Amino acid sequence: MNRSKLLTVSEITKQIKQTLEADFSQVSVIGEISNYKAHNSGHWYFNLKDSDALICCTMWRSFNSYVFFTPQDGMKIIVSGKLSVYPPRGSYQIDVRSMKPAGEGELQAAFEMLKQKLNAEGLFDPARKKAIPQFPQKIGIITAIDGAAFKDMISVAERRYPLAELVIAPARVQGSGSAETITEGIKLLNTRDDIDVIIVARGGGSIEDLWSFNEEAVARAVYNSKIPVISGVGHEIDFTITDFTADLRAPTPSAAMEMATPDINDIFAFINDFSYNSTLKINEYCRKGRKRLSSVLSSYGFRVPLDIVRNKSQLVDNLLYKVLQKTDHRILLHNNKVSLLTKVIESNNVQRILERGFTLVRQGNKYIKRKAGFDSNEESELIFADGKVKIRPGNNE
Amino acid sequence: MNKKNNNKFEKDLKRLEEISELLEDNSVDLDDALNLYEEGIELSRTCISALKKAELRITELKKKLDELNLEDEE
Repeated sequence: MNRSKLLTVSEITKQIKQTLEADFSQVSVIGEISNYKAHNSGHWYFNLKDSDALICCTMWRSFNSYVFFTPQDGMKIIVSGKLSVYPPRGSYQIDVRSMKPAGEGELQAAFEMLKQKLNAEGLFDPARKKAIPQFPQKIGIITAIDGAAFKDMISVAERRYPLAELVIAPARVQGSGSAETITEGIKLLNTRDDIDVIIVARGGGSIEDLWSFNEEAVARAVYNSKIPVISGVGHEIDFTITDFTADLRAPTPSAAMEMATPDINDIFAFINDFSYNSTLKINEYCRKGRKRLSSVLSSYGFRVPLDIVRNKSQLVDNLLYKVLQKTDHRILLHNNKVSLLTKVIESNNVQRILERGFTLVRQGNKYIKRKAGFDSNEESELIFADGKVKIRPGNNE
Repeated sequence: MNKKNNNKFEKDLKRLEEISELLEDNSVDLDDALNLYEEGIELSRTCISALKKAELRITELKKKLDELNLEDEE
């Protein structure tokens, strides 16, 4: 290379760019992150440093979307990529293609750092935790719709409380972009006013698999949810930052659903107890009522009117007896009189006299009792015991 | 619609608890006790039939999520 030749800035920069980019077309670098910034465009800008040096890094959106964790300042990582020179500023940087923590301990350290930070902000404050409703109508679920965790939760809900409706906001629960879909799910469910409780869940896995639940964005979204959130991530032993900001932490997805739902058998038992106990109770009420009633009825006060009634009743009986007696006497007298008169009447019965052979004479409407009353010019009727004979007027003087 | 029904279930159950307590507390008079008992038994029936009829419903929010994503990107 001819070093004595006069070069313009652009020319030398071009030569540097070619040299550097050719020589460092594939590098892997270990270092600590500092000054990490995620731009609105989605691109990441940060520095990698050690005790003596610093190098700028960029990671474009198309690549950083494959990173399962969000970088944090102080985290030790290994990046792979190529060196690139940016002529307008005469700067060089690593164009990062992939990134991973420098070791398991790095994630643990990031976890502890975020935990301390959020704790200091008061995001784990027990006083800020919302109560989980006892009888949820709609349970929002954020998890992978095709995952075993969701199936487990469905069967728990079916067994314990089929009255509920599960509203699932499907999310990626591991790998790149998972934190975003989980965060969106929480926000989406919070746009509704009919969700009683949210479960954020994922089955077991490695620390990398569960990492989205250690992301600050997810932990904050859970904290900011107006709807109470239960976290059920991984297994019993797995704790995530989301567990600390959730209103309730469940050891597993199934346990989260158990905490979100009452047990239908408990409700049945409660209702059965109610039926049994309240029936006993009401019988007791009735027994007491009857006892009180009968003691009141047998009290002296209640007996007085009855005694009065009884006395009066006796008086009435006596009077009635007397009245009946007198009436009977009079009826008897009248009966005697009637039979006497009947006899008189019977003794004067005309038919009897006719039977003895006497005859009655009638002219017109009158019975003729004396000769003087007889008119010989009129038609006469002779009445015998056994019939009548008509006699026309004639010369029979 | 559902919300009302389920709220009603919760309300019914809470009322049942309340009635249970009122009956245990011997201060109510017989008339009220009988009315409470009648109401309680009726509520028990309603609750049990709601529980027996219930079937888990599952709704997916996928469509709306996609819409939300689009809005965010705009």
